[in-house]
Amino acid sequence: MERIPILRMGRLLLVTIQVDMHDRLAMTLQEDLTNRIVSDRATGVLIDISALDIVDSFIGRMISHTAAMAKILDARTVLVGMQPAVAITLVELGLELEGVSTALNVELGIKLLERGKP
Amino acid sequence: MTSSQGGAAVLPLRTDEDVVRLRKQVRDDLVALGFSLVEQTKMVTAASELARNVLRYGGGGDAHIEQLSDGGRKGLSLSFIDQGPGIEDIDLALTDGYTSGGGLGLGLSGAKRLSDEFHIDTAPGKGTTVKIAKWKHF
Repeated sequence: MERIPILRMGRLLLVTIQVDMHDRLAMTLQEDLTNRIVSDRATGVLIDISALDIVDSFIGRMISHTAAMAKILDARTVLVGMQPAVAITLVELGLELEGVSTALNVELGIKLLERGKP
Repeated sequence: MTSSQGGAAVLPLRTDEDVVRLRKQVRDDLVALGFSLVEQTKMVTAASELARNVLRYGGGGDAHIEQLSDGGRKGLSLSFIDQGPGIEDIDLALTDGYTSGGGLGLGLSGAKRLSDEFHIDTAPGKGTTVKIAKWKHF
């Protein structure tokens, strides 16, 4: 079955989404990430979407839900690398990524997570 | 006055993968017509929302892609056609946050905001056709 790879860096998990995900693949990723937070005892999750050229309401919801699930499991989520055109479109679409921290790139996202819990 | 250039391309919308294929086709057409990156992103996102609606609520259907020309202006029109249950209350369905199927309720209203033209034709038991268009800005 097709899956998005999840990399571990210390206590952080990094997902780089590089394909145009269909909805089932997005749901599989959400489940995989939630499982890995527990099995790897991760304290932070970085979701890199710099290669994504759209984020629609389904993907947006998947990201929000993943962040909410991570929070319950004592991990913080940072969404990194959103393209400007995607940000413009998301706001017009009316999607607020509630509870999701963002950073411009992976490096800044790691710094944000290393600063500890808010 | 709007006329179509050549025939419409028809893409089936029956599986999740069909939605991905549609996004790619719409993107390719917008690039070929010279749309800006932001306009491409808005239209592909609108297409993705409406294609998902066809799949989730309409039980599958088709998308028609048509190039438009109006004087010197060029545009792209997308129609999403299903033979599903139809929509009883269009105003309600177009309200931000309203959903009949567990989604976010941004599909129809968001697609309307992201496109230049939006037209919906539906009735209970008669299926739903949503047509959107985007014109290239000079």
